[in-house]
Amino acid sequence: MTEALSLVPKAEAAQSMKDFKSDQEVRWCPGCGDYAILAAVQGFMPELGLARENIVFVSGIGCSSRFPYYMNTYGMHSIHGRAPAIATGLASSRRDLSVWVVTGDGDALSIGGNHLIHALRRNVNLKILLFNNRIYGLTKGQYSPTSEVGKITKSTPMGSLDAPFNPVSLAIGAEASFVARTVDSDRKHLTEVLRQAAAHPGTALVEIYQNCNIFNDGAFEALKDKDRAQEAVIRLEHGAPIRFGVDNAQGVVRDRATGDLKVVTVTAENEADVLVHDAHAASPTTAFALSRLADPDTLHRTPIGVFRSVDRPVYDTQMSDQLEAAVEQQGKGDLAALLAGNDTWTVVG
Amino acid sequence: MTSQVSSPTGGRSDTDGNDTDGTVDGGKEVRRLDRVIIRFAGDSGDGMQLTGDRFTSETASFGNDLSTLPNFPAEIRAPAGTLPGVSSFQLHFADHDILTPGDAPNVLVAMNPAALKANLGDVPHGAEIIVNTDEFTKRPMAKVGYDSNPLEDGSLDAYNVHPVPLTTLTIEALKEFGLSRKEAERSKNMFALGLLSWMYHRPTESTEAFLRKKFAKKPQIAEANVAAFRAGWNFGETTEDFAVSYEVAPATATFPPGTYRNISGNLALSYGLIAASQQADLPLYLGSYPITPASDILHELSKHKNFGVRTFQAEDEIAGIGAALGAAFGGALAVTTTSGPGVALKSETIGLAVSLELPLLIVDIQRGGPSTGLPTKTEQADLLQAMYGRNGEAPVPIVAPRTPADCFDAALDAARIALTYRTPVFLLSDGYLANGSEPWRVPETDELPDLRVRFATGPNHELADGTEVFWPYKRDPETLARPWAVPGTPGLEHRIGGIEKQDGTGNISYDPANHDFMVRTRQAKIDGIAVPDLEVDDPTGGARTLVLGWGSTYGPITAAVRRVRAAGDAVAQAHLRNLNPFPANLGEVLRRYETVVVPEMNLGQLATLLRAKYLIDIRSHTQVSGMPFKAAQLADVLKEAIHD
Repeated sequence: MTEALSLVPKAEAAQSMKDFKSDQEVRWCPGCGDYAILAAVQGFMPELGLARENIVFVSGIGCSSRFPYYMNTYGMHSIHGRAPAIATGLASSRRDLSVWVVTGDGDALSIGGNHLIHALRRNVNLKILLFNNRIYGLTKGQYSPTSEVGKITKSTPMGSLDAPFNPVSLAIGAEASFVARTVDSDRKHLTEVLRQAAAHPGTALVEIYQNCNIFNDGAFEALKDKDRAQEAVIRLEHGAPIRFGVDNAQGVVRDRATGDLKVVTVTAENEADVLVHDAHAASPTTAFALSRLADPDTLHRTPIGVFRSVDRPVYDTQMSDQLEAAVEQQGKGDLAALLAGNDTWTVVG
Repeated sequence: MTSQVSSPTGGRSDTDGNDTDGTVDGGKEVRRLDRVIIRFAGDSGDGMQLTGDRFTSETASFGNDLSTLPNFPAEIRAPAGTLPGVSSFQLHFADHDILTPGDAPNVLVAMNPAALKANLGDVPHGAEIIVNTDEFTKRPMAKVGYDSNPLEDGSLDAYNVHPVPLTTLTIEALKEFGLSRKEAERSKNMFALGLLSWMYHRPTESTEAFLRKKFAKKPQIAEANVAAFRAGWNFGETTEDFAVSYEVAPATATFPPGTYRNISGNLALSYGLIAASQQADLPLYLGSYPITPASDILHELSKHKNFGVRTFQAEDEIAGIGAALGAAFGGALAVTTTSGPGVALKSETIGLAVSLELPLLIVDIQRGGPSTGLPTKTEQADLLQAMYGRNGEAPVPIVAPRTPADCFDAALDAARIALTYRTPVFLLSDGYLANGSEPWRVPETDELPDLRVRFATGPNHELADGTEVFWPYKRDPETLARPWAVPGTPGLEHRIGGIEKQDGTGNISYDPANHDFMVRTRQAKIDGIAVPDLEVDDPTGGARTLVLGWGSTYGPITAAVRRVRAAGDAVAQAHLRNLNPFPANLGEVLRRYETVVVPEMNLGQLATLLRAKYLIDIRSHTQVSGMPFKAAQLADVLKEAIHD
């Protein structure tokens, strides 16, 4: 088992997907992408083989944040945007737990943006699943911080004005040690990304493109439609050349003039220049450049997979280490000695 | 010959002070006093807080009773020599028990013209003023609006002024240390401390040891400070200007037998939290964001990791309480510390904690408001915020300490309530308690309450078909507390959240009758918290006026009550520690008196609560100056109420 989960007790018996289904009726809209993600997570959990009681799902507010109710683990459905902060307190005080955060684009990037970036820079042992549907669902259809510019919604009848966040770029900029993107409808890919995230020591951010069939249906169709996806999706695999398109005809190379990345048609001459994906690169520069390849409006050339996965000191591990070091240096705390201090006087009766 | 103490009326304890005895020692007269109030005042960079702290420490170890009032600007280094930049430290010490830092100083140490001007209004005629004459030059005087030199123009004739060239004498004393003028000048506060230590026969060893420890990495600076301190002492002993020194005997009769130390409110509160964690056998988790005047608790707790204390400096106030709540879910004794503006930001999470019914301590060190207000000054204006400052019906218990040392017990009490009833609890201290200090009898650890809790370990409910299940919202019939089932406990997996829950199962419920029931049940749980009855102090039993306070006004109110009684009037006194719920006998106590006076450092927040709950007319007396009440003024208020 990886370092990320080494302190979490193992299940005594083999588990199945059923073990992770709670008795609560799932209440998302029929056809919502959340169902697929829930099924993928419930299907993946037995693979970890962790004691179910040592798994906790914490969420904020929004459609996706109902997720914990449906997992037969410990869970907290908290308040808007604050799940990373609450999960940080839990994970940093209980290293025997596997703590997961479920959040959405509004929850994580709008009202909770501050907590998200600080969780990422601290590298607390949390796995954050960010369901990005590029719309506000629970409040019935306002634009979100990932909506494309000009989005016509109830609150923006003449089009939204603000530039969207790219969650992967944001996470890399916030010093995240693990950043990945996947898609709700690709169960296999989603599961593989979850597998890598679970094994990562520290904060893992997984952006999951999720279809809201009520308020933003088809937002990711370019990446799902078989014909278009070949040209639109760039699958990242550590150690493999970054190629995509029909017959893998397209490749990502470094632009020698600017240092930026660009897409070229691969030829015999330039084949050697095609970038080999290195998720473990110490510098985040290339991972960031990859995150900028996608067109924010059309999502054309969207990389999916693990952008970045590097080892960095884990906050809760270091917090525990400091406690142990303090005991080594000062001895275990002695309450009587603490209360008396060094400067006392005695009154005799 | 000047009296050391101005005495408004006869009596003892905060009402009077007398030259009780006089001897001549080595050519200089030594006079006995029963109490003294000293105020050190200077620029915010002059080290007045350190000077005051040291004098306090010497005084505490000598065995006097004491009470302190640090008073400083919010700016770290306000413009030098200006009135807003003046920082002061007042210390009241006595051979008997005292309750306040004193209304008016008997001795003012003024390090510059600004310090003199800013503080002179509080100094009664006849008091002693020690001034640093080196600073009374044209520019510093002009800066604060002195057209002529107050040391020469007769405007200080009513005081006993000791002009001392503190800067020059300090530089002279340190000339062998090879320091620059600027470096040497910095030790002038230690010269002043040495002089005052001589005047009041303070023990000096602890200050010398302190200086050597503080400047351990700069031995030359340490020795220079010790030299300045000794030079100040010697100056007092040799110069003719200081003909008299004073003794204030230890307050032996005041203190029950025991081991004592001096302690500030924030330190006592920090120790109370650690003690609560030890007594509960739960790890302490503090989630906090720095804010004046609460940050010292974060600093203090972060030093005690060897007690298993985790301190988390969050990205903001909301994350501070969020992390604490997360740790509470995981089974920690969770705390967040802040001041009023931080409480505003935490409100939504406090509401969540009310809904989740998890134990959580919210420590609010109140300061002047609204908004940023007066960060370094004191006020009691967060009471209604603590009581009502959330959406929906979200009752939260409130505990308020009355003196700096009482912050220790109040923290334990707040922890008891939080753990027993599974609820967030407000601990309402304030800037005056936080920074003020007094002697504290160090408790034996076996005197501390047992706060151990039982986590849920198995099913607590049987379904109709006989299945044993765990219901996270099935309550203890006595306390109405729900079970605390922490992650890691097999079979008790459950989900909780801020959405209304079905009674018992904790499942989401939008049912109208269930919501009504849950709102009323949460309220009933808080209303049913066991708090001790209110005790009334009425020595004659014949008082018709009651003065009722809460929190840090205890000292000034009690001092005022003593004055009133010394003058022959009867007044009853009571002080609230629990503001939510109120003690069960409060209504009955209030109805016993013709007049109920409630002094508060706000615009009448407790008075509002009392009027609403008990339909009793309260005589509200309020002050929002950022400073504690003065005993003399409160005594006048009480007399007026008694004779009205």
